Amino acid sequence: MTRPTPETLAHSARRARSGTGAAGDSDPAARPGRTVPGAATAETPVREPAAAQVSGAGSLVRSLEALGVDVVFGIPGGAILPAYDPLYDSSVRHILVRHEQGAGHAATGYAQATGRVGVCIATSGPGATNLVTPIADAYMDSVPMVAITGQVARPSIGTDAFQEADIQGITLPITKHNFLVQTADEIPRVLAEAFHLAATGRPGPVLVDIPKDVLQAPATFSWPPTLDLPGYRPTLHPHGKQIREAARLMTGARRPVLYVGGGVLKAGATEGLRKLAEQTGIPVVTTLMALGAFPDSHRQHLGMPGMHGTVAAVYGLQKADLIVALGARFDDRVTGRLDSFAPDATVVHADIDPAEIGKNRHADIPIVGDARHVIDELIAAVTAEQAAHPAADLTDWWAQLDDLRERYPLGFEEPADGTLSPQYVIKRLGEIAGPDAVYVAGVGQHQMWASQFISYEKPHTWLNSGGLGTMGYAVPAAMGAKVGKPDTTVWAVDGDGCFQMTNQELATCALEGIPIKVAVINNGNLGMVRQWQTLFYGERYSNTELGTHKHRIPDFVKLAEALGCVGLRCENAADVDKTIEAAMAIDDAPVVIDFVVGKDAMVWPMVAAGTSNDEIMFARGVRPAFDEDEL
Amino acid sequence: MTMHTLSVLVENKPGVLARVSGLFSRRGFNIDSLAVGETENPDVSRITIVVNAESSPLEQVTKQLNKLVNVLKIVELDPQVSVARELLLVKVRADRTARAQVLETVGLFRARVVDVAPDTLTIEATGTPDKLDALLRDLEPFGIKEMVQSGTVAIGRGSRAITAGPALRAA
Repeated sequence: MTRPTPETLAHSARRARSGTGAAGDSDPAARPGRTVPGAATAETPVREPAAAQVSGAGSLVRSLEALGVDVVFGIPGGAILPAYDPLYDSSVRHILVRHEQGAGHAATGYAQATGRVGVCIATSGPGATNLVTPIADAYMDSVPMVAITGQVARPSIGTDAFQEADIQGITLPITKHNFLVQTADEIPRVLAEAFHLAATGRPGPVLVDIPKDVLQAPATFSWPPTLDLPGYRPTLHPHGKQIREAARLMTGARRPVLYVGGGVLKAGATEGLRKLAEQTGIPVVTTLMALGAFPDSHRQHLGMPGMHGTVAAVYGLQKADLIVALGARFDDRVTGRLDSFAPDATVVHADIDPAEIGKNRHADIPIVGDARHVIDELIAAVTAEQAAHPAADLTDWWAQLDDLRERYPLGFEEPADGTLSPQYVIKRLGEIAGPDAVYVAGVGQHQMWASQFISYEKPHTWLNSGGLGTMGYAVPAAMGAKVGKPDTTVWAVDGDGCFQMTNQELATCALEGIPIKVAVINNGNLGMVRQWQTLFYGERYSNTELGTHKHRIPDFVKLAEALGCVGLRCENAADVDKTIEAAMAIDDAPVVIDFVVGKDAMVWPMVAAGTSNDEIMFARGVRPAFDEDEL
Repeated sequence: MTMHTLSVLVENKPGVLARVSGLFSRRGFNIDSLAVGETENPDVSRITIVVNAESSPLEQVTKQLNKLVNVLKIVELDPQVSVARELLLVKVRADRTARAQVLETVGLFRARVVDVAPDTLTIEATGTPDKLDALLRDLEPFGIKEMVQSGTVAIGRGSRAITAGPALRAA
């Protein structure tokens, strides 16, 4: 197999031509840029005011540079083509993907791994509509992303012109905000507003649609622009009275739980969370979006709540007398049947988005604010409260929870048919790659097992599509994460169904020098759907068999090799460690491991959709025995 | 379910109405009436929405509306302390024999005739939805050929203005 050498890599060649540093260099100010006024160079700070005559396209690229963007993911096409000309000379690295969906998820992966705004670019019409799925995905998971799309020229808008789509209209309900740029002179302001909106408050995707004639028109570029967002004022600091009331409840509650969501990661509040948890001794549950916000190994961590959460976490929330929700949104996958969720709990709900508070569950103490400020102020208020009154004794509560943890730990049975156990593969992957690696999952059984059997100790080490549940997320998102964190090992844990949706981005990874690693948990089926057919549809397996076992179509090893990657296969437990280690040893190319696993493994525990959390099943036909007196 | 009247101050920009109405339609709320116009500040438009809804889902929609970047302020107007008016234009059959009776009805409701044709009168009336309903009921027997009604516009009583405030001045 011939693999591209660093010299043949497109971006390296371009880097060399423009005289800039190594790929993955993430500090735009450190790169020698062009000597035009206002461009970011080592000498001039990024936000130096300047005015220059450029085209709309030039203004766009200059704005991206001024905003400190180091990388964008995209595909050119007719309407966006003017932007690609100045981009050719820019310090902004453009990664040419194979499908716009890949560009969108890569921007998400980049943003989730680094906390910076991810950027994707597409042309009008089909280019823009191909971004719809990743934009919706980023919206559901509150990911800071800016999507830039070309639009047909203004005189053609509304005429069903070639490659015209009303992408602003299409993305209205799935963006935090979107813009249709009307004049070339407003491009710097719109870009600055888009980045500000995407990154602040509750983060989210922002789309900027720019007609081709606006890109071609002469423009004055001046930086920094003045933001004009009179209706946008996110509340960052919580109300002191609410904080004191929450602290009073937290010290007085006998069965409290901290219910931690993705907002804590986004706010960078993980240090504070640990302090607050240790100071109060309150048990912690972290949602699917919050894994890594609180160390899995911490004694106070009960695990993940919800449909496939741990028995202790589900029971903890269900029987709590106080739930303190921090940056979480009482999603249906967490609460189960809402009217029987945590019936005895008083709810303190802190979120930066006031529309989340009381949306699904009434909040007794609503707190609007950034999780970092909320947690810092809670720590101070709890300290004062603890000094004034003795805190409630949590010994009994912990005894119950510890008992459940001991009796109902996460686990799995080896398949009776002698096939390779998918959970074992994922568990070993986590143990070998360790807590410093970034894990990116697709959607389905492998995603749940990756959430359960890999130990997350640090923030931003677990990326997945939580809200939208987008199959095909893993490979492009892992690509984006690796670009954002080039020195970190990035593992995509994918299913054979998911992998077949977006694996073409491995070609991008191979050519652009983005050596991600992919563990395909290949059970030959759409595994989660099959699990539901097993449990709820009388084992009638309608359209879930993919043929990747029976016919080995596609052959993932050959496919990986065709895409410029190293392809490995593992079919039995004895080879798992050495195959993972072989993949870990390869640094100069993407690696795909085809783990051929059994198809009958199921994700447990499980709260079936639409049922109460009280009905949690530990395994098929096994309900946990709770002490009925305590319920 | 009760009628709620929301006054929504928004930036006067293209597409804002679509953003606002989209939030209602997605949740299956039927907007009973809608009126949009510029305010004393030409950069700010005022949307008056009348919607029949339970209070708690409406509160959720109001919160979602507040999240729209182009929305500056939302106030729910209490019918007890606000004035609400609609405008009605109605073309009524009024030949020689009926004309006097129609004109009498117009007089009773303090409406006025804005166009006259040999067999019809076009009548303009403003008032609360109740008053306009009553007028229409009285005109119905003569034969209504065509009618058009504006959305409700509403404003709070007293000297306070909802358009005051730092954010709105900045806009």
